[in-house]
Amino acid sequence: MNPGLQTYLMVAALLFAFGVVACVSRRNAIGILIGIELILNAAILNFMAFWRFGGMVSEGPNALAGPLFGVFIILLAACEAAIALAVLLSLFFNFGSVDVDAIRQMKR
Amino acid sequence: MQGAQISFWLITALVLVSGAAAAFSRSIVRAAYSLFFTLAGMAGYYVLLGSDFLAITQVIIYVGGILVLLMFGVLLTNRPVERVRKGRLALYAVGSVASVALMGFVLNRIIQQTPWHESANLPEPESNLPLLGRMLLGEYLVPFELAGMTLLLCLIGAAYLVRRKER
Repeated sequence: MNPGLQTYLMVAALLFAFGVVACVSRRNAIGILIGIELILNAAILNFMAFWRFGGMVSEGPNALAGPLFGVFIILLAACEAAIALAVLLSLFFNFGSVDVDAIRQMKR
Repeated sequence: MQGAQISFWLITALVLVSGAAAAFSRSIVRAAYSLFFTLAGMAGYYVLLGSDFLAITQVIIYVGGILVLLMFGVLLTNRPVERVRKGRLALYAVGSVASVALMGFVLNRIIQQTPWHESANLPEPESNLPLLGRMLLGEYLVPFELAGMTLLLCLIGAAYLVRRKER
């Protein structure tokens, strides 16, 4: 069976689902970050699959849409990871834990 | 079977197994290590889909940068916070069965039955690095510079957030 567009879309959808599950069910904030990375990777895989199988044009600004979107997503993921780690560290310094259920100061 | 097909299925097995481990593993260290294999497998997908540059970028930035950052976070904030909630197993069973059924339905409906626009004859993937470089400094110059600016701002912001407070 030759892997076509639909096979790639299935894999990306499964990865996206794993990411959503990790985001929703993890209590450790780093686990939530891992889920976000899975979701972003599924998005890049979708972009690349649509670019590859939707007819690669060789001219014009859309010729490399898939890799360009992928590069920009990876860049923004790097920004997001840096900021999220900084926030996590200051959470840890202030609360002594990265358990997202334990940080409920504004609730009282 | 061709080599590309064999490697596709090998990569798929690697990515799905390690992705599931990253999402469901009880220990956060194990989840971070499984994410390493997922990200490396994604780089393999990008090679198969015809962009070597994106694969290299993935390995350098994701595996070499973001994952190391995550490891730092795991090791710096290492307290056992992941406890399983007991006593609600029936609810978990019902929830997982329902979500798997819903997801199977949605996947089948959307992915298999939509007439995607697929081109009939696929050209063989070739290295498009020169064109990519010209486009990043040509049509995509403004997004490229904005992305660089965002990266700089994020680094400054991260350093500001974790600085030592003076009093």
